[in-house]
Amino acid sequence: MKQLVVVGNGMAGMACVEQILKHTPRFDITVFGDETHVNYNRVLLSSVLAGEKAADDIVLHPLDWYREHGIRLHVGVRIVDVDPNARTVTGNDGGVTRYDTLLLATGSTAWLPPIAGLDKDGVLVFRTLDDTRELMRRSGPDTRAVVIGGGLLGLEAARGLQAQGCQVTVVHLMPTLMERQLDPDGGHYLLGKMEDLGIRVLLGRTTTAILGNGHVEGVALSDDSCLEADLVVVAAGIRPNVDLAHKAGLHVNRGIVVNDFMETSSPDVFAVGECVEHNGICYGLVAPLFEQGKVLAATITGNKGPTYTGTVQAAKLKIMGVEVFSAGDWSEQNSEPVRYEDRALGVYKKVTLRDGRLAGVILVGDTSDSHRYMEWLRTNADLTDQRRHVLFPPPAADAGLDAAEMADSATVCGCVGVTKGAIICAIHEQGVNTLSQLKEATRASTGCGSCSGLCQELLRAVAPEFEEDARTVICACVPFAEDRLRDILRSQRLKSVQEVLDIYGNGQGCEVCKPALSYMVDMLWCGDHAEDRSARFINDRVHANIQKDGSFSVVPRMRGGVTSPAELRRIADVAEKYSVRMVKITGSQRIDLLGIRKEDLPKVWADLGMPSGQAYTKGVRMVKTCVGTDFCRFGVQDSTTVGIEMERRLEQLYTPHKVKMGAVGCPRNCAEATVKDIGLVGQEGSWQVVVGGAAGKHVRKADLLTTVVTSEEALEAAELFFQYYRESANYLERTYDFVERLGIEKVRKDTVYAPDNIQQGLRDRLHKSKARARDPWQEGGTPKHPTQFIPLHPVENTLA
Amino acid sequence: MSEHRWLRITECHNIPPREGRAVTVGRHDIAIFNLGDRFLATANRCPHRGGPLCDGIVTGTSVVCPLHTWKISLESGAVERPRTEACVRTYPTRVENGMVLLAVPMDPRAEHAA
Repeated sequence: MKQLVVVGNGMAGMACVEQILKHTPRFDITVFGDETHVNYNRVLLSSVLAGEKAADDIVLHPLDWYREHGIRLHVGVRIVDVDPNARTVTGNDGGVTRYDTLLLATGSTAWLPPIAGLDKDGVLVFRTLDDTRELMRRSGPDTRAVVIGGGLLGLEAARGLQAQGCQVTVVHLMPTLMERQLDPDGGHYLLGKMEDLGIRVLLGRTTTAILGNGHVEGVALSDDSCLEADLVVVAAGIRPNVDLAHKAGLHVNRGIVVNDFMETSSPDVFAVGECVEHNGICYGLVAPLFEQGKVLAATITGNKGPTYTGTVQAAKLKIMGVEVFSAGDWSEQNSEPVRYEDRALGVYKKVTLRDGRLAGVILVGDTSDSHRYMEWLRTNADLTDQRRHVLFPPPAADAGLDAAEMADSATVCGCVGVTKGAIICAIHEQGVNTLSQLKEATRASTGCGSCSGLCQELLRAVAPEFEEDARTVICACVPFAEDRLRDILRSQRLKSVQEVLDIYGNGQGCEVCKPALSYMVDMLWCGDHAEDRSARFINDRVHANIQKDGSFSVVPRMRGGVTSPAELRRIADVAEKYSVRMVKITGSQRIDLLGIRKEDLPKVWADLGMPSGQAYTKGVRMVKTCVGTDFCRFGVQDSTTVGIEMERRLEQLYTPHKVKMGAVGCPRNCAEATVKDIGLVGQEGSWQVVVGGAAGKHVRKADLLTTVVTSEEALEAAELFFQYYRESANYLERTYDFVERLGIEKVRKDTVYAPDNIQQGLRDRLHKSKARARDPWQEGGTPKHPTQFIPLHPVENTLA
Repeated sequence: MSEHRWLRITECHNIPPREGRAVTVGRHDIAIFNLGDRFLATANRCPHRGGPLCDGIVTGTSVVCPLHTWKISLESGAVERPRTEACVRTYPTRVENGMVLLAVPMDPRAEHAA
């Protein structure tokens, strides 16, 4: 078999190899990669840096793939020499490998502008997974980072570093950002968005020197100013790697010159990806790699025929909440520009038309139409009839229209190159019903992921048993699934509800998402954030339960349902003093005082001298107990002491929905622990910890989480489950739905059977939240806001 | 149309952003809301079951009643959810020297009494 040696284990090389494997004749393939990783999606490194994805998530070809196809993979080996006469390549490990056919997929490297001091420690580029890891290692809350270059990569690096906690300044040579993709107006809109994110941008300045003694301490700029810095990232552009091509005697300009068949000047040596130059253009984006790879695979396997005629240049900024798309030639020379802008919304759109056809497009702030424009560019469609609708399509009569209007040959996934026809084919022939199955079957939407909406739409229209992803969004204001939102908030370090709504939502929010986001922020940051009370329901603004007449009910905490004569006297006094309309024993072994005016709440709390029972909130309600071994002749465990301790450990914390608990001293279950969210059931010599019980709209017997010997072990198991529920349940999901959705086996695996470090993490975060929690009724004496509890007294109040 | 009178009500900072507060002026129970860039005022009584609108969650330029989530436009007083003809009264507002002012209709009966 002929020997094919591939130099470069990146996206271009492996995309081409994937295509080669589809052809005959077969090659014996050897791949050299100088990075020590399998092929990963370089485009998504910015998502890794931003903490949105893990390194494992961006792997494109796992080791098994190489094995399955009999490909010999050498990672960590850089090919340093080529001998075209002997047909051999030499690695930096000294190894010599013979080839019949050589494929150069050497990509490009970061270009370093001539700046003094680039060799200092702390000056990095952002090109590889190792670079990314190094950047993450050096980033932290006090790190001052300077990014040199305000292009696509520089801005993504800046946002990623910021997500890692750095204070980031971008220094850009040109007067506007991303000037290769955006006109000055578009760049200006983008500037506003970057600054809104808290990233400082300095335009029209060059970096003249990196300052510092061995390690970076700052940068000097062309306007004679200096910036302090601990970390400098150079993102000033890329250069094709052409050294080997020179050695192989190929024709090289800026890149390795190839023709429409992807042939170089030598019959035995081929090249693909960022290292090549076709028609005078070196591409630095992902879509051309796939198109080139397909053509080259045909040529290299002796099936020469298909031609590569260039790719419409399109770029999309991958910063969540900052939508930027640019494609084609958007210059206004000899073209008719059509624009739309809305400063308040931060939306800017421009298309340029030439001879009634789309020449280029710029979208900032709303890129939802990018697919339509790409299709028009690709097909060079005549838009004369649609002239009135080039910026805003006429409203679709039905939801599936967008998909229905596409031709079967139209590309849905530009990264991997999957057409609508291929997707429909997969749906019919492989029984694809979900987006994840579609990804598996066609690899569509596995590149940048921006076509997932369109894929979803196609599935909805075509698949016989289409299933929405199991995740649901909270509401239309923030259109993300809750687990996704938790990831976003965590990685983007968002600590306020309004910030989340401004960046990822509609800026307004509603009564559904605001309390949900309030919970999420509080839980994720363990209470270490500035709470926005306006996003909370009234009950959580004034710590009492609003009643049908606008009055409030007050339930003091009575841990384990145990009280004292002194407490009861104070409760009786309060009831009389404030003319409480009803005093009610609740189902949770507590006392409810009903009909209290908002302005009386602080006085009532002070007179009671008891902490809040939090009967008004999505939080820890109570632990119902029996008298256990203290008095009961059947009791085998001290349920009151343990129940009171459990209440103390968990009280004052917010939860996705209310949490009611119980502890009983024997299996007779007098305090009904087996229908509680968390129940401790005493046995002779052990405790059963049960979770997910209900006795409300649904009745559900709790599942057994674990059986333990000591009271302390029982409490610890309850804590683990409690924190796990806080972190993983959707807002307003009771434990009984949560446990049923996940299955008790998974719950056990993630809590009581989890490895020590996972358990410790749950405990640490619970304790951190607990350390910051306090009795909300303390606000009676020190209100969060001067008019929190009282109506306004008008300065002027005479209408006469 | 009855006559209005502008009354100085309270200092702006007494109403936190995106929250409402109740105030009683003559016979009028009013909810004033701080929308960040301006203040809006409506009757403090939901047309559904009389819920206190001042205690609702503000969404855009509307408020959601805390009792049964009726949604009311703070600009027009119209009920936006559910579909119904009902509406609440609105009161013109303005800000002067850090003070929120309300235009409240003169009460003819109060005048007679005076």
